[in-house]
Amino acid sequence: MSIEFKIPEAIEKQLQPVRSVAENVMRPESRQLDDNEHARPVKFVHMMWPQMQQMELANLEAALTRAQKSSNGDESQKNGPDNKPRSDRASIANLSLVYMIEMLSWGDAGVYLCIPSSALGGAAINAVGTPEQLERFLRRFTEGEPKWGAMAMTEPQAGSDTSNIQTTATFDPQTNEWILNGQKIFCTSGKLALEESKGLVVVWATVDKQAGRAGMKPFVVEAGTPGALIGKVEEKLGIRASDTAQIILDNCRIPAENLLGNAEVKTGPSSQGFKGAMRTFDATRPIVAASAIGIGRAAFEYTRDLLAKQGIRMDYDKPRWKLTTVQADLLEMEAQLHAAWLLTLKATALLDAKQENQLESSMCKVKAGKAVTWVTQKAVELLGPLGYSTELLAEKWLRDAKINDIYEGTGQINTLIVARTILGYSRTELK
Amino acid sequence: MYSFDMNSEQKMLVETVHRFAEQKMRPFYREAEESRAIPAALVQTGWELGLLPGSIEATYGGFGEYSALTSALYLEEMGWGDVGISLHLLTPNLFAIPIALFGTKQQKETYLTLFCEEEFPKATAAIIEPVIQFDPAELATTAEKVGDNYVLNGSKTFVPLAKTAEWLLVYARENGLTQAFIVPNATPGLDIGESVTMMGVHALTSYQVNLDNVTVPKENRLGGLKGIRLNRLLTVSRIGLAALAVGQARAAYEYALQYAKERVAFGEPIAQRQSIAFMLANMRIEIEATRLMVWEAAYKLDNQEDATKAAVLTKQYADKMVLEVTDGAVQILGGHGYIREHPVELWLRNGRGFATWDGLVMA
Repeated sequence: MSIEFKIPEAIEKQLQPVRSVAENVMRPESRQLDDNEHARPVKFVHMMWPQMQQMELANLEAALTRAQKSSNGDESQKNGPDNKPRSDRASIANLSLVYMIEMLSWGDAGVYLCIPSSALGGAAINAVGTPEQLERFLRRFTEGEPKWGAMAMTEPQAGSDTSNIQTTATFDPQTNEWILNGQKIFCTSGKLALEESKGLVVVWATVDKQAGRAGMKPFVVEAGTPGALIGKVEEKLGIRASDTAQIILDNCRIPAENLLGNAEVKTGPSSQGFKGAMRTFDATRPIVAASAIGIGRAAFEYTRDLLAKQGIRMDYDKPRWKLTTVQADLLEMEAQLHAAWLLTLKATALLDAKQENQLESSMCKVKAGKAVTWVTQKAVELLGPLGYSTELLAEKWLRDAKINDIYEGTGQINTLIVARTILGYSRTELK
Repeated sequence: MYSFDMNSEQKMLVETVHRFAEQKMRPFYREAEESRAIPAALVQTGWELGLLPGSIEATYGGFGEYSALTSALYLEEMGWGDVGISLHLLTPNLFAIPIALFGTKQQKETYLTLFCEEEFPKATAAIIEPVIQFDPAELATTAEKVGDNYVLNGSKTFVPLAKTAEWLLVYARENGLTQAFIVPNATPGLDIGESVTMMGVHALTSYQVNLDNVTVPKENRLGGLKGIRLNRLLTVSRIGLAALAVGQARAAYEYALQYAKERVAFGEPIAQRQSIAFMLANMRIEIEATRLMVWEAAYKLDNQEDATKAAVLTKQYADKMVLEVTDGAVQILGGHGYIREHPVELWLRNGRGFATWDGLVMA
């Protein structure tokens, strides 16, 4: 091994068509889709669907192989920092994804979120699903019309404090069904998943309120299930093309086999279910960071190029005191973005290498959320009255960027994770 | 690919330099700072690490090849040990590295061998000038070709170890470009003035140097007719300084973290408060980000990619980061951080220096 900073050729090749979609499909509709909240980026969805089906198929096949092996009790194939399978060659799957999402978000972050895929719901199923569950729930994303998957965790009284969710799952032994009751909010693509396609939502509910985190389990709710209704669809500061839905679960009955993982409530250090859910963040936080950075890059490049047309050019070789404040700001914007990007690449490379990356994924999320919020704010400022007007996209990028410092763990929650990790503190030692 | 693992040689080198920093620099940094001197034995031990000969080709007596990345790795460890002592130990590099990168065959043969011997070499460079608005690309010091000679005029400051240096590399403006000239210590008109005191890094003794019609033969122009590319040297310097800054920041972060876990206020360690814990978390994030920027810029330089922009962004970022982190460390220690019993006040003084040191490290 040696230190290397080089984009793999395969990824560079993959990025060319993605860049073209971002430029030619996403950007031209950016303003219009922002103005008409809840309108769908139909062209983008249909353009991406064939490619997403292929990715879903590859993911499904890999998951099936893994699930079959583990149900055969073949422990040697289990992945983990300590027993990495020997056959496992260096993967670039996550790196490739992160690059793709950065580019799509450079195109339009709201539209990117409408990408037809199993998304976070798929990740949860993929992580613990049995071969039967993988078939039943994920095969649909490889065929037919575009579909969406979603994850419903947040509730009105439980945002960052996910262990406080109140939605209940009660088992009915008569019918062999789980009955879900409660209310979920802020579910990304919830409406697309449950109402506008034959998709699904992974709903987190508690089977035992007394058990706290250990009682929390993920359940798959398929589109068309009676008792699962879309309530309000939120109107937001940004990413307006993406639907953010309330889901009302009113005696929603689902088959027993829709529970992901084990029904058993284990307390103490062995409560792996909830921890497992938290571990999926190790993979998703770098993705959010990458999305942020894509928006930040859009804002930076646009600002830089427009200023250059006015004769204000970057000069990297001048001492700081010879730069105008505008040049100094541009330099700082670029440096901030790059710092965040390198942290993201490292978190992702560790993930691909199946090494521990919880600290790194939180670090890149904190940095990217903060940096890009600042970079997009600065872009609006540097572009003056036009920057603030809706004639340009800068103000939209500012609004879009902000979500990245909030979802998949706010900047503060992720800072807390970094702090606990470096200090070696538990949840009770550092609140 | 993206890979963040050192190779085994680099790992060994980093371990060696870290051990030196821990066992030789750390116990001595305060005394060196207060007495403004380093014992000869420490300098000799530092020299025996062989860091500079490790960057010089075997043809000229060394045993390695130049790699900005490898340098960056050991510079972080040195910065972690002590920046002042490091700048002292790295002074011969200021002369040798530009020669290794731009010297003519003749110049390399003549001078590089001096840097592959057992004794700490007596050589330095003069680039910084005593002005508020210092720009290495537009120096006030001039070089003029007169017959077969160059005549140098101007003044320099922060010239490390100039008093004892046998050789100086003097940067001057010639026809609108910055060039470098090899000047022996005994040259008439070369006046090594009083030592200059800086805010920090007292372990490094540096001097004001005046040049009054200093005349050297045309063969002493670095790189001969081709001269140098200042830009490339500044890139090397920026990456090196940023690496040193990462080490300095890491030292301050580690110290503050340990202190925060031990210091009890209101019945619990102050690290258990988010206001302190979050400062530490952000320090960690910024140090890591800067380190990756340093590595990437160095990687580019080693792989013949244009590293100018990467180095500029990295250096700017590192300047800000090291000041924030060292200042944060003083803040976390509170009143105790302000007292010279703890190292953090010294590290803050060092931290402030990086933004003003363009050209003061070559590795």
